[in-house]
Amino acid sequence: MNTVIFRAIAPYITTLMVLFSIFILLRGHNEPGGGFIGGLIAASALAIYGISNGVPAVRRAIWAHPIHIAAFGLFVSGLSGLPSMLVDAPFLTGLWGTVYLFGVELKISTILFFDIGVYLVVLGTIGGIALALEERTDN
Amino acid sequence: MIGPDSPAGFYLALAAPFIAAAIAPFAHKWLGHRAAWLLALAPAFIVLHFLGYMVPTETVDGVLPSVAEGGRYLFTLPWVPSLGIGANFYVDGLAHTFALLISGIGFFIVLYAGGYLKGHEHLGRFFSFILLFMGSMLGVVLADDVIMLFVYWELTSITSFLLIGFNHKAERSRRAAIQALIVTAGGGLALLAGLLLMAAYTDTFSLSEMATMAPAIKASVLYVPILLLVLGGAFTKSAQFPFHFWLPNAMEAPTPVSAYLHSATMVKAGVYLLMRLNPTLGDTVLWSTILPIFGCVTLLVGAILALRQTDLKLMLAYTTVASLGLLVALTGTSDEAIIKGAALYLVAHALFKAALFMVAGTIDHEAGTRDLTKLGGLRAAMPITAAAALLAALSMGGLPPFIGFLAKEYMYKGAAYPDLQSILLTTSLVLGNAMMFAAGFAVALRPFYGQKKETPKNAHEGPLMLWAGPVTLASLSLIGGLLAATTGDVVIQPLLSAILGEDVSVHLHLWEGFNIAVALSLVTIAIGTTLYLFLDQVRGAIARVLDFIGWGPDKGFDQALAGLVSICYGLTRRIQFGRMEGYMTITFALVAVALIVPMTIYGEWPSINELPDVSDATFYELAVVFIALIGIAAVLTASNRLTAIVSLGIQGFAVALIFMLFGAPDLSFTQFMVETLSVVILALVMTRMALFKRDHRSFWQSMMDGAIAVACGVGLTGLLLSVLSHPFDSRLSQFFTEHSYPIAQGRNIVNVIIVDYRGLDTLGEIGVVLIAGLAILALVRLKPKTKKPDTTDEAAAQQPVREAAE
Repeated sequence: MNTVIFRAIAPYITTLMVLFSIFILLRGHNEPGGGFIGGLIAASALAIYGISNGVPAVRRAIWAHPIHIAAFGLFVSGLSGLPSMLVDAPFLTGLWGTVYLFGVELKISTILFFDIGVYLVVLGTIGGIALALEERTDN
Repeated sequence: MIGPDSPAGFYLALAAPFIAAAIAPFAHKWLGHRAAWLLALAPAFIVLHFLGYMVPTETVDGVLPSVAEGGRYLFTLPWVPSLGIGANFYVDGLAHTFALLISGIGFFIVLYAGGYLKGHEHLGRFFSFILLFMGSMLGVVLADDVIMLFVYWELTSITSFLLIGFNHKAERSRRAAIQALIVTAGGGLALLAGLLLMAAYTDTFSLSEMATMAPAIKASVLYVPILLLVLGGAFTKSAQFPFHFWLPNAMEAPTPVSAYLHSATMVKAGVYLLMRLNPTLGDTVLWSTILPIFGCVTLLVGAILALRQTDLKLMLAYTTVASLGLLVALTGTSDEAIIKGAALYLVAHALFKAALFMVAGTIDHEAGTRDLTKLGGLRAAMPITAAAALLAALSMGGLPPFIGFLAKEYMYKGAAYPDLQSILLTTSLVLGNAMMFAAGFAVALRPFYGQKKETPKNAHEGPLMLWAGPVTLASLSLIGGLLAATTGDVVIQPLLSAILGEDVSVHLHLWEGFNIAVALSLVTIAIGTTLYLFLDQVRGAIARVLDFIGWGPDKGFDQALAGLVSICYGLTRRIQFGRMEGYMTITFALVAVALIVPMTIYGEWPSINELPDVSDATFYELAVVFIALIGIAAVLTASNRLTAIVSLGIQGFAVALIFMLFGAPDLSFTQFMVETLSVVILALVMTRMALFKRDHRSFWQSMMDGAIAVACGVGLTGLLLSVLSHPFDSRLSQFFTEHSYPIAQGRNIVNVIIVDYRGLDTLGEIGVVLIAGLAILALVRLKPKTKKPDTTDEAAAQQPVREAAE
């Protein structure tokens, strides 16, 4: 699978996939998508880059161990449930706020951070497994 | 401020041991063993706080009388208001006495630990544990909310586990720690069940409110289970026969632990509970039958076994078992006169037993042995310790004018009546007390008097830290007896009122003239003296009988554990035999059974005319189905497994397309990604992990597996068809369509459900994903060269991820 063509276009594919996964993650609340599917796409992106350019390159690029990314995701998700307790609502109740950025109305919520956590868990776990399996092939 | 006048003072007293426990390791680093003086400030503060209840106090609820005059202090703090559970605490005579004993003796124990474990590298940790225990025990006796009580109760079990296993490098310590934990925490679970039943029946979690509903509880059908479960907790904690065996084994702990937990405090938790619940559950036929019987048997067994020992600490441990039995038996009578004796004995025992334990520890520390047969003539070398030991033993032996004498007189006076039950109880009391008399003097006299014997270390008097506790506690035994009237007014009256649940007045006199109690005391002392003089012969005789029996609950515990382990081992070998194919066969065979059998039994197979009409299917729908069929055909005919896996992907994509066509983009999307990743990961596993390239199954095996697969498919199809033949209940989807945007500000219902409506589920699921990932990474890292058969497990291990993902 290590053809020149594949190796040449893999970085672009990976970039597109990662961007697309973030797009999918962010639009998930109103359109098909969400953190889970976004994480799967991003994990595939890592896997593809690993197949084409070698796992060490991927590990350098993400500069954190995938399992750490996953753990951080779980942490973010758990943390996103806490702010609601400050306003006397049960754990994980969604809080919404609107911010204006460059004249665009953006809705920011604790739910979004929860979904980002899901994204990171899936990305870290599945990506980590894929990379570990690919790594075995190199030895 | 530090008294009961403000809740802040109370909560600070409650938290003080935990705060001290947190700083203990650092204090030890800075100050060495002298950190004990600093840390002892925590119990000292608690003592001061609780002394405040002995005078009338102005609180937020107005001026409350002192505890001795019937004042009851309630401190409440909401904890789980939706369930009615509160961090509620209650100070009455019973809680007050216990709190003073725990903090007062705790003060001396902390000092003693500083002297006893001086130079031990983990002394800081030891201080932490013992202070944690102090805080937990304080919580047990002060809690009014039963959930609070249970939490603290189990905390005492856990801290006791840590303390018994403090010398964790010794196997005997570890065994003793685990044994104590299993017995007491196991009993704690029974207690929890009992308390919850009580709470469910009375609709309150407050012990003081439950007490007001006592007649209803006693009359209810739940009374018997409640009582038995609560007794399960109390008997295990207070080492009642046949659960007594963990207590002597717990003597593996350093002596400060034995003196504190296993004489004065933790083992008394069970007795405390019985006394606390006496107004609520007591004074019934069942209560007055079970408690005295178990108590008396424990008293006699403990006392006999105490005489069998030559180790000072073990002797004391068994007399503690006996004393606990005595307290349970007396409490079980629910009789005011007898419980007066129990209340006195409770206080007397805490004082003299803690003192004697500390004396035994000091002897061990200074002379290098605590074997009774190797000790003698230490009085000249250790005069202060010898004096404290003598005072404590006089109280334990029940001689005037000590508080132990008062206790013995009043229990005899209450119990000596000419009916069968009273005669049995009185006889047990006299025999038990006589044997404890002999054991107590053996511990306190033998090492100090008689011929001087050579000991491993050249004994001399210990430092202040070691003798401060025994001397103070033993002196209190004397003062408490001499000032009998004051003891009665200040300590026993509120204690007794709390145990009985009604206000009573108590007037104690050291000497009430010659009566039946004095006569029984003389008998006790006569038997005790005889046993003491012939101790060696008695010990030999008991040893021969025990050797003849050759079995005890301690061995039974080992056998029960070994049995449990071998059952689990056998079960695990049977259901986890380590062959992936076997697991898959069983899993799918069961799926097939679960699908087909119920539908057949209840006749829910879809009938032919109910089948959906497919004549209006469009050509592209049919084409997708055709692609799926091609995929399956390719899987079945594939010559090697890699091809088969990729072909399986074809079928998966076709299904994803079908989802797309029928308006489930989210599902379809996810299916695409999961399918892709599964193929990639499976292919990686297959190609790199030296699995068999080809299917190695025999023809018949393939046929069997195929039959199971077909059964699963037919079953699932039948189930789906029969579900679809019923009218679709759209209430749920309607609800989500209507409310998704207004409530959760999202139009994608699937995602809104995942991250908002059922966010907690998702949080749990991503936790599972992460843990499964960790396990798989660990498996991938295993070296296949050494453990080849394990490679199949990796394919199995990724199953959970897919399941969690879906």
